[in-house]
Amino acid sequence: METLWFCLVAFLLAGYVVLDGFDLGCGVAHLLIARTDAERQSVLRAIGPVWDGNEVWLLAAGGTLYFAFPALYAGAFSGFYLPLMIVLWLLILRGISIEFRNHIRSLVWQPLWDVVFASSSGLLAIFFGAALGNVVRGVPLDGQGEFFLPLWTDFTAGPNAGILDWYTVLVAVAALCAVTLHGALWLGLKAPGKLEARARRLASVVWWPTLATVIAITFASFHIQPHLRASFEAHPWFDVFPLIAVLGLAAVQVLNTRRRTLGAFLGSCVFLLGMLASVAAGLFPYVLPATGDPRLGLTVFNSAAPHYGLQVGLYWFIPGMLLTFGYFTYTYRSFTGKVE
Amino acid sequence: MDALTLHRLHFAFTITFHYLFPQLTMGLALLILVLKTMGLRTGNEHYHHAARFWAKIFAVNFAMGVVTGIPMEFQFGTNWSRFSKAAGGVIGQTLAMEGVFSFFLESSFLGVFLYGEKRLSPKAHWFAAFLVFLGSWLSGFFIIATDAWMQHPTGYVLGPHGEIVLSNFAALFTNPWLFWQYAHNMTGSVVTASFVMASTGAFYLLTKSHEEYGRTFVRTGVIAGVISTTLMAFPTGDGQAKNIALHQPPTLAAMEGLFHTENGAPLAILGQPDVEHQRLDNPLVLPNALSFLTYQRWHAEVRGLDAFAPERWPDNIPLLYYSYHIMIGLGTILSGVMVLGALALGLGRLYTLRPLLWLVMLMAPFPYIATTAGWITAEVGRQPWLIYGVMRTATGASARVSAGNTLFTLIGFMGIYTVLAMLFLLLIYREVEEGPEHAV
Ligand code: HDD
Ligand code: HEM
Ligand code: HEM
Repeated sequence: METLWFCLVAFLLAGYVVLDGFDLGCGVAHLLIARTDAERQSVLRAIGPVWDGNEVWLLAAGGTLYFAFPALYAGAFSGFYLPLMIVLWLLILRGISIEFRNHIRSLVWQPLWDVVFASSSGLLAIFFGAALGNVVRGVPLDGQGEFFLPLWTDFTAGPNAGILDWYTVLVAVAALCAVTLHGALWLGLKAPGKLEARARRLASVVWWPTLATVIAITFASFHIQPHLRASFEAHPWFDVFPLIAVLGLAAVQVLNTRRRTLGAFLGSCVFLLGMLASVAAGLFPYVLPATGDPRLGLTVFNSAAPHYGLQVGLYWFIPGMLLTFGYFTYTYRSFTGKVE
Repeated sequence: MDALTLHRLHFAFTITFHYLFPQLTMGLALLILVLKTMGLRTGNEHYHHAARFWAKIFAVNFAMGVVTGIPMEFQFGTNWSRFSKAAGGVIGQTLAMEGVFSFFLESSFLGVFLYGEKRLSPKAHWFAAFLVFLGSWLSGFFIIATDAWMQHPTGYVLGPHGEIVLSNFAALFTNPWLFWQYAHNMTGSVVTASFVMASTGAFYLLTKSHEEYGRTFVRTGVIAGVISTTLMAFPTGDGQAKNIALHQPPTLAAMEGLFHTENGAPLAILGQPDVEHQRLDNPLVLPNALSFLTYQRWHAEVRGLDAFAPERWPDNIPLLYYSYHIMIGLGTILSGVMVLGALALGLGRLYTLRPLLWLVMLMAPFPYIATTAGWITAEVGRQPWLIYGVMRTATGASARVSAGNTLFTLIGFMGIYTVLAMLFLLLIYREVEEGPEHAV
C-alpha cells in the first residue's frame, strides 16, 4: 500500500514537471525569441488557458503527499523552509505576470511584466532543480525526521552542505536547460510563423547543453549518493528508465530537425519522465535520504500514514483522477492547433 | 518575539489576505450563474453582457486567490510541521480532496468559460459557468471540512504514542460543526458578492454611466443581499453559536465577555472586557437575552469564564470579544441596508434615491471586514488548542525553523502582498471604469 501511494505521488509530481515544465520553459524562452508585442502575446496565449490547471498538479501532489506521507511532508517542508518560501514568491510573481500583463496598454506595463514572467520562470526551474538535487544528495536528518538547511554554506557537497552546493547547482542548471528545451518545443507546436521557427532553433541549440549537463549529473549523482549505485547494481532492470530518457532525448533532436514538432515535444516528455523515474527507482525505498547515518533517512515505510487512511484514500483518489483526466482531455482538445 | 508567535502571525496574515479573494469568487460565481440563467431564460443579450463584465472581474480576483492560496497549502508543512506530522493523515485527506476534486475542476473550466463563449452553444456556456461555480463551492466545502475538524475533531482515535489516526473517513463529513460552518461561511460569500455588485451598480447610477447595467447590478445585488444577510443571522449564525455553546463553552463565554456564570445571562451589545478585573467596562446589555438565544429559556444558566480553569481560556479574550462583536454589529448594519434597498425596490425608488445609492456604494468594504472578523472569532476562539481538545497550538509549530527566518519570510509576504493589493485595486478600478459595454 505504501509503495502504491509512493507511485501515485510520484506520478502527480511527474505530471507537474511535464505540464508546468513547458509553462516555465515558455517563460524562459519568452524574452529570448519573442521580439514584438504581438509575438509576446502569442507566447502567453500558448499557455494562457492551461497554466493554472498545470500548476494544480503541484498542489495535488503536495496534498497527496500530506495525507499519505505526513512525516515526509512535515520534515521536508520545514527543512527546506527558505527555498520553499522563495519558490512561493516566484510562483506568485509568475502567476500575476501572466494574468496582469494584458489588462493595461502602456509602454512600461507590458515590458515590466515580460521581464517578471521570464525571470520568475527561469528561477523557478533553477530552484526546482536544486530541490531535486537536495533530495538525491540527502539532508542532515536528526532522529525526529527533522532538519533545517541554510541556503548555502561552503558549496561543497559534504556534511555541512546548504541547499546550494556544487552538485545541486549542477542539477539546477540541468533542470533549467531541460525545461527551456521543453518549453521551446511546446512553442514550436503552438506558435505561428516566424516565432515557431525561432522556437525550434532555440530547441536545437539548448539540446546540446541539456545533453552535456544530463551526462554530468548522471555521473555526479552516482558519485554523491551511494544508495543510487547500490540499487542500480542490485536491480539491473532499473536501467530501462535511463535508457528511456536517453531515447526520448535523442528523439527530440531527430524529430525537431525533421519539423515533426508534436513528436519532438512528446520525446521531451518521455525524456523528463525517464529521468524522474530513474531517480525515484534508484532512491526507493528512501524518499529523503539522510547525509549522516543512513538509518535516519525517511523511507516510504517510516513516513507513511496508517493503513486505513491509505486504503480509503484510494476510493476517492482513483475516481477523482479519472475525472481530472476527463477535464484535461477536454480542455487540451478544445485548445489544439496554433494560437491566433 | 518568539518563534511560536511569529508562526502564528505568519499564518494569520497570509490566510487573512487569501480569504479576501475566495469569498468574492464563491459568491460571484453564484451571481454570474444567476445572470447567465436570466440570459438563457429571457434570451436578452443584456444579461450575457452583464455576465461577461463580471467574468472579467472574476478572472482578476481568481488569479489573486490562486497565487495567495498556494502559500497556504505549503505553510502547513513549512510553519506547522509538528502539527502536520501528527494530524496530516487525517486532515490531509480533505486537503488533498480539495486539490483533486475542486481545483482541477475550477481551473480547467474557468478557461473554457472565459475564452469559450464564441465556440460553445449558450447552454454549454451556461454549463461551463455552472462547473466553475461547483468547483469553487466544493473548494470551500473541503477547506471548511478541514477547519471544522480542527474546531471539533471527529473520526479519529489516539494511538499508543498519542498519534492521531484516522478511524472513520465518513465522520470527517458528518461532523456536526461542518454543516453550520459551511452554510454560514458560504452565505457570507454571497453577502460579499451582493454588496460588491450592488455597489458597482450604485456607482454607475450615481455617475450616470452605463445606467442600464447599473440598474441590473443594483437590483440583483439587493435581492441576493436581502436574502443572504437574513440567512447570515438566522439560522446559520445561530447554528454556529449553538455549536460553540455545546462544544467550546469557554470560547462562548469569552466571545460574549461573560466573566461570571449567571442564570439569565445578559447579552452584551457594547462594553470593553477588562480581563484583569474580570468585568466588562461601560456595559450596555440586553438582560437575559444570551440565555434565551442559547437555550431558548430566559433564565437558563450560561457558564461564564469563572466556570473553567484558566488554561482552557482563549489566550486573547479582548480580541475575540471585539472581533465577534464587530461581526455581529456589521451583520446588523449590512442587513439593515439591504432591507432598505429591498423596500425602495418594492416602491420603485431604488434607482433614483441618491442617498440610498451613496450608502450602498460605500458599504462594499464592510462585508470583507465582517468575514475577517468572523474568522478571527473562529480561530482565536479555538485557542489555546490547535486541534480542539487534542493538541495545543504551542506544540504544533515547526521546531527547527527559527524566529529570525520566520520574521524574514513574514516581512517578505507583507511586502509582496502590499504590492499585489495595490495592483489588484488598480486593475479592478480600471475594469469598473471602462464598464460593461467595453467587455467583448
Ligand atoms: C458577511 C459576513 C458575516 C456576517 C454578517 C456574520 N458572520 Fe458570522 N462568520 C462569518 C461571516 C459573517 C465568517 C467569515 O464566514 C465565519 C468565520 C468562520 C466561519 O465559518 O464563518 C463566521 C463565524 C461565526 C462564528 C464563529 C464560528 C466558529 O467559532 O467556528 C459565529 C458564532 C458566528 N459567525 C455567528 C454570527 C451571527 C450570530 C451573526 C449575526 C448577525 C453573524 N455571524 C454575522
Ligand atoms: C478553513 C481554513 C483554515 C484553516 C485550516 C486554518 C488553520 C489555521 C492554523 C493551522 C492556524 C495556526 C495555528 C493557530 O494559531 O491556532 C490558524 C491561525 C489563524 N487563522 Fe486560520 N485557518 C483557516 C481559515 C482562516 C481564515 C479564512 C482566516 C481569516 C481571517 C483565519 C484566521 C486565522 C488567525 C487570525 C489565526 C491566528 C490565531 C492565533 O494564533 O491566535 N483562518 N488557522
Ligand atoms: C489554510 C487554508 C487554505 C488553504 C491551504 C488554501 C489553499 C488554496 C490554494 C492552493 C488555492 C489555489 C488553487 C488553484 O491554483 O486553482 C486556493 C484557492 C481558493 N481557495 Fe483557498 N485555501 C485556504 C483557505 C480557504 C478558505 C477558508 C476558503 C473559503 C471558504 C478558500 C476557498 C478557495 C477558493 C474558492 C479558491 C479558488 C481561487 C479563488 O477563489 O480566488 N480557501 N486555496
